[in-house]
Amino acid sequence: MARIGVFVCWCGSNIAGTVDVKKVAEEVSKLPYVVYSTDYKYMCSDPGQNMIKEAIKEHRLTGVVVSACSPRMHEVTFRRTVQDEGVNPYMMEMANIREHCSWVHDDMEQATEKAIELVRMAVAKAVELEPMEKIEVPVTKRALVIGGGIAGIQAALDIADGGVEVILVEKSPSIGGKMSQLDETFPTLDCSQCILTPKMVDAAQHPNIKIYSYAELEELDGFIGNFQARIRQKARSVDMDLCNGCGDCWNKCPQKKIPSEFEAGMSYRTAIYVPFPQALPNTPVIDRENCIYFQSGKCGTCAKICPTGAISYDKSDEFITEEVGAVVVATGYDLFNTDVIGEYGYGEVPDVISGLQFERLSSASGPTEGKIVRPSDGKKPEEVAFICCVGSRDDKYGRPYCSRICCMYTAKHAILLHHKSHGSQAYVFYIDVRAGGKGYEEFVRRATEEEGAIYMRGRGSRLYRDNGKVVVKGADTLSGAQIELHCDMVVLANGIIASPGAEELARKLRISYDEYGFYSEAHPKLRPVETNTAGIYLAGCCQAPKDIPDSVSQASAAASKVLALFSSDILTREPNIAEVNPFTCTGCFTCREVCPYDAIDEEEVTVHIDGKKVTRMIARVNLGKCQGCGICCAVCRSNAINLKGTKDLQIFGQIKAFTGSEGKKLDEPVGLKK
Amino acid sequence: MEDAEIKAKTKKESDRTGFEPHIIGFLCNWCTYAGADLAGTSRIGYPTNIKAVRVPCSGRVDAMYVINALKNGADGVLVSGCHPGDCHYNQGNYYAKRRFMVLREIFSAMGINPERLQMSWCSAAEGAKWAKIVAQVSEKIRELGPFEGI
Repeated sequence: MARIGVFVCWCGSNIAGTVDVKKVAEEVSKLPYVVYSTDYKYMCSDPGQNMIKEAIKEHRLTGVVVSACSPRMHEVTFRRTVQDEGVNPYMMEMANIREHCSWVHDDMEQATEKAIELVRMAVAKAVELEPMEKIEVPVTKRALVIGGGIAGIQAALDIADGGVEVILVEKSPSIGGKMSQLDETFPTLDCSQCILTPKMVDAAQHPNIKIYSYAELEELDGFIGNFQARIRQKARSVDMDLCNGCGDCWNKCPQKKIPSEFEAGMSYRTAIYVPFPQALPNTPVIDRENCIYFQSGKCGTCAKICPTGAISYDKSDEFITEEVGAVVVATGYDLFNTDVIGEYGYGEVPDVISGLQFERLSSASGPTEGKIVRPSDGKKPEEVAFICCVGSRDDKYGRPYCSRICCMYTAKHAILLHHKSHGSQAYVFYIDVRAGGKGYEEFVRRATEEEGAIYMRGRGSRLYRDNGKVVVKGADTLSGAQIELHCDMVVLANGIIASPGAEELARKLRISYDEYGFYSEAHPKLRPVETNTAGIYLAGCCQAPKDIPDSVSQASAAASKVLALFSSDILTREPNIAEVNPFTCTGCFTCREVCPYDAIDEEEVTVHIDGKKVTRMIARVNLGKCQGCGICCAVCRSNAINLKGTKDLQIFGQIKAFTGSEGKKLDEPVGLKK
Repeated sequence: MEDAEIKAKTKKESDRTGFEPHIIGFLCNWCTYAGADLAGTSRIGYPTNIKAVRVPCSGRVDAMYVINALKNGADGVLVSGCHPGDCHYNQGNYYAKRRFMVLREIFSAMGINPERLQMSWCSAAEGAKWAKIVAQVSEKIRELGPFEGI
């Protein structure tokens, strides 16, 4: 028999100013199952909470209704109050008579009537409430980081320093990401590899970090605290333990004409290769699609000359399953392909290059050893045009967003040009200059005021080859002039797009992504590193375009979330999840079809029908995965699945109570004001 | 509709017919319920006709809840959830939308005015929108008059 106590709060004058709280308490005391009803100025205060506890003791209450502010405010508070007095915390229901009543109505009579109705509904639900216990799920204290760029490396280091084992999976032959391809970074002009490689070495040598390079995530099963990650370790064809990095294999490889991914296509690599000298691990990989031996059966030079016999052609991809408790996704970005832009020559004008290609030219370890030269004839470019917002802020290419880094890297390129190519002049075609970070504005001013880069506000509208030069047509909107610049080289500041395979990976992880392929955070302002999938976190450009400082910050933030998750051996979850009645479930699994979280498992049950044993499959809710949405409950044809905390009976109770229509004839207009 | 206009219209209607519609609202916890809380915090006034039932997701709302509500004295029902694409549980609001489009068709066939079932999308940031929704839905159901039963 339910014994409900109702506590109506004044909230000072917030509620009492518009709602006759004493009348509410009085009317509600007449309801069935209500054995105690009172009002008080501030229910959430210590004396208020003590009042509830005293009443529980004195009146042997089995359930409590607090009619006050929104449950989003104080549900946790009052659950704790009743729990302190020995009542199950889920036997407490709140009626929202502040945010939904006293604060939005001004007629006292109407507001009081509505408040009484709301409390009546809460009491009806409270009568049907059942005690529930939090669910405990064990936690595997290991983390998986997908992506070995600066964000992935930072997250891995932070988690590993926190005493937790990390598996770092990187799909290229080496960790390092795009940052390893940069020359110098803004705004400090730090040599990118000089600041990156120590972190790469830390990651490789850290006792808590295991790196799978040249590997990809094949499948992710399980739920928060209990994931199984199936990793495909692609066949390097080179044994990592036997290889000593001597380089004889790539020096002798006859296949020398493969465009190098690391050099952004500005030069070539061999079929057996290490992407860059500081690669980690420093073990080569055979690119089987372009290797003469794998394509035609001829050659085999590298295996013959390898002094340690580390090369073998008959290795195949291996699959490894790792048990982890959390995943950090740090898969980075790709760059907008400027070849689609007809106005900029469809990629066929040789002296028109992209931002990353300029980085490789400028880099001392690049194809020209740091000399900035024209790709067409190797001559020094006297005048270089830099065009901003290429593929960004552009609805024509379906990318209205700003890529955030291009204004800064263009200013950097202008500065590098002036430093490395004495006498050369940079012309920057910009729309706005976005320099919001620390030291960023000063850096851009350095480009214009100290280095003498000329900034013109207007898009580059067209460019074409003319007599060995590149003609750039544009405008300078500030002076109103049409510009026609005959220059030696053009650098297109192409913007950030989602990395290749981003959507496929998102589906494997069951996380959401936006229309550009960037992964969705749980809340754009307050939860930037979590996803809506419990246990999966985000770091770096895979979530949205950002620069290195922000990628590192976000990676550390994701790491802190992982460490917080692992701070105890068990994970407690709220118990308001779905529950299947095994007697009425028919095993149609419509619930499984609609479940967004793959939280319905199959369970075999044996029943006796007509004296015969029949085995059939029915649904069972996975206690770890279910997020308590209740979509399954609404679609179940047998009414076999219910959502704890908002069970059908609890809702029906509220519906019946809402007009107090029990006993009233339906053709009598209800709620008629007397 | 302006707030003052809403209040004026409300008063006139109820003075004339003495009919105050009873509407039950199923509000999804993550979006609409929070939006309604915001309307409260912002002290935006709206009519008293809608009483809220909190559900975790608009997709939780069973068709039987709507039917029962009408049988139990409701003149109208409002189901309100997150905007399409923003459902906290990914896709619940899509199921709700489909379900209630079908239910409205069934209502038509049964001779119940389908407009007695209203749906809306209101995010946690849209306090003002919630006030408008309540005013508009209350007005709509008031126009339809009391629900006389199936």
